[in-house]
Amino acid sequence: MFNRDRWREILEVLTSNVWRTLLTSFGVSWGIFILIVLLAAGKGLENGIRKDFGDIATNTMFMWTRSTTKAYEGLPKGRSFEFKISDVQSIRDNVPNLRFVSPRNQLGGFRGGGNVVRGIRTGAYNIYGDYPEIINQDPMTVTSGRFINVNDINAKRKVAVIGQGVKNDLYKKGEDPVGTYIKIQGVNFMVIGTYKKNSSDGDGEEAQKEIYVPFTSFSQAFNQGEDVGWMAITAHDGSSISVLKEDIIELMRKRHKVHPEDNRAIGHFDLYQEFNRVESLFGALKAVAYIVGVMVLLSGIIGVSNIMLIVVKERTKEIGIRRALGEQPWSIKKQILMESIFLTVVSGMVGIIFGSLVIYGINSLLDSIGPVDMFLSPSVSIGVVSGAMLILTIAGLLAGFIPANSAIKVRPIEALRTE
Amino acid sequence: MIEIKDLHKSYKMGSNSLHVLKGINFRAEEGELVAIMGSSGSGKSTLLNILGMLDGADSGEYTLDGVPIKDLSETKAAQYRNKFLGFVFQSFNLINYKSALENVALPLYYQGVPRKERQEKALKYLERVGLKEWATHLPSELSGGQKQRVAIARAMAAEPKVLLADEPTGALDSTTSYEVMDLIQKINDDGNTILVVTHEEDIAHMCKRIVYLKDGVIVEDKKVKQVRADHYV
Repeated sequence: MFNRDRWREILEVLTSNVWRTLLTSFGVSWGIFILIVLLAAGKGLENGIRKDFGDIATNTMFMWTRSTTKAYEGLPKGRSFEFKISDVQSIRDNVPNLRFVSPRNQLGGFRGGGNVVRGIRTGAYNIYGDYPEIINQDPMTVTSGRFINVNDINAKRKVAVIGQGVKNDLYKKGEDPVGTYIKIQGVNFMVIGTYKKNSSDGDGEEAQKEIYVPFTSFSQAFNQGEDVGWMAITAHDGSSISVLKEDIIELMRKRHKVHPEDNRAIGHFDLYQEFNRVESLFGALKAVAYIVGVMVLLSGIIGVSNIMLIVVKERTKEIGIRRALGEQPWSIKKQILMESIFLTVVSGMVGIIFGSLVIYGINSLLDSIGPVDMFLSPSVSIGVVSGAMLILTIAGLLAGFIPANSAIKVRPIEALRTE
Repeated sequence: MIEIKDLHKSYKMGSNSLHVLKGINFRAEEGELVAIMGSSGSGKSTLLNILGMLDGADSGEYTLDGVPIKDLSETKAAQYRNKFLGFVFQSFNLINYKSALENVALPLYYQGVPRKERQEKALKYLERVGLKEWATHLPSELSGGQKQRVAIARAMAAEPKVLLADEPTGALDSTTSYEVMDLIQKINDDGNTILVVTHEEDIAHMCKRIVYLKDGVIVEDKKVKQVRADHYV
């Protein structure tokens, strides 16, 4: 393999007709170039969409109550019910593999704008009553002060963490909100921190205009009693929430005397399922990129095979001489296979380099014009590149196979006679 | 060294079959210099090809240096060619993108001789044919006689048991022909067995024995008094 004479010969043969070699190798370079660029574009789309999902724990479901649609155990249909705070512990106790079960209450949003007042400024925001874990399920960056903690929950402190958008509305520029008071529906809360959410899609503006207060304080201040508005439930990484949610909903039906087949009484949104749907789209995109790329590559490979056949034909006499001098058939075969692999791999590398340059160019263009919707840092991983190299080597081998066989098929005596 | 018994060979030409060799019996001892003569179509090249294991016989026995040559696979044939035989062709058959030295070193490469040793040996043989200064030249930069001398050096480099020359002077003018024959005679003087196929009487008489072939059979086999080629050079 690492034989100096063999490599010299490979170079001699391939450089003997430079233009032909270049044109042939262009076919392969082009194929691999297309493959790399397509994969990078797919990756860019994937990155962009993933960014829109943000850091939200995707193995999560949201669950809320609606009115029943079936009569059950003497209770009429059309009955409304609420989750209770005891349901949370019951879920934790009965359904394994759950990471977070966060009860939430909410003011504002679709229930009408929560009225927040500070001095002469007012605003309408979503007010959430939450446990500290929510920061793991709906991640945000605390930009000043702190987030809600367990002590706030236990002591039912009237404290609030406000979004960057709320701060901009209610405070003067440069004013520090931490330690000040805001009045939420007539109740005073002390601001203990501000947050910022990383989101670039349409909700971005809205997401910065939220106020988080301890769940317990919320219940007390706004007369929620034991009620829980909705829940955000996240499963551990190894298990799928889409599977676990069946158990959870069944448990809730039992606790609230809902007919086991009443599918409408408990509403839910399975983020994981939605995410998976998008994931499979990425998979399909990748498959299309591979298929198109490999098809284009294939035509390049056929070109190589063709040229190798011509090279073998041209060298028939030489091969005859070599065999008369005692070169063994496998050695000739190996020589031609190596020429073919070398040509394919080198042209493939050129394609990869050009593909990388184009990707690099697109990236710096994206950097200079700022973020584009649903497209972010297209790239190919080193795994894909080494995969491409593997494909190339195998392709080179296949391309050389027929020519190599035809080289040793001619009997030496006939090979010597050709001019 | 070479022993052939009742060798037959025919070629299929469409529906007809052409019987080229019709029972050849032939022996050559070590150190002999044999000319095989005959008009075109007499079967002399076919005989040489069979002796060179480039072609197989239909029937008959062939023994080379005590080794029976029969039903060889291509790999085995290549091995034997490399070990036992050196070829000199009418059209030289040098590889045109390799220098004289590389051409001579080629059979050694197939033997797996290390690079350095190979080049030293090749240079030694080039020196023997008087072309040491031309070692780095490509065949296209050499004259016909020089090319044939390189080819002879190449054939000798692997130190074969038998040298087979198919019309070695066929493409050369008479002066260079004699030069080449002089070289062949000198190699023979060192004790090498050489078979020369030719149709030129004067070349044949520079050998020690002449075998006449006609229509696929040996019609005459005689020892001759060798004419030294250096008289003419």
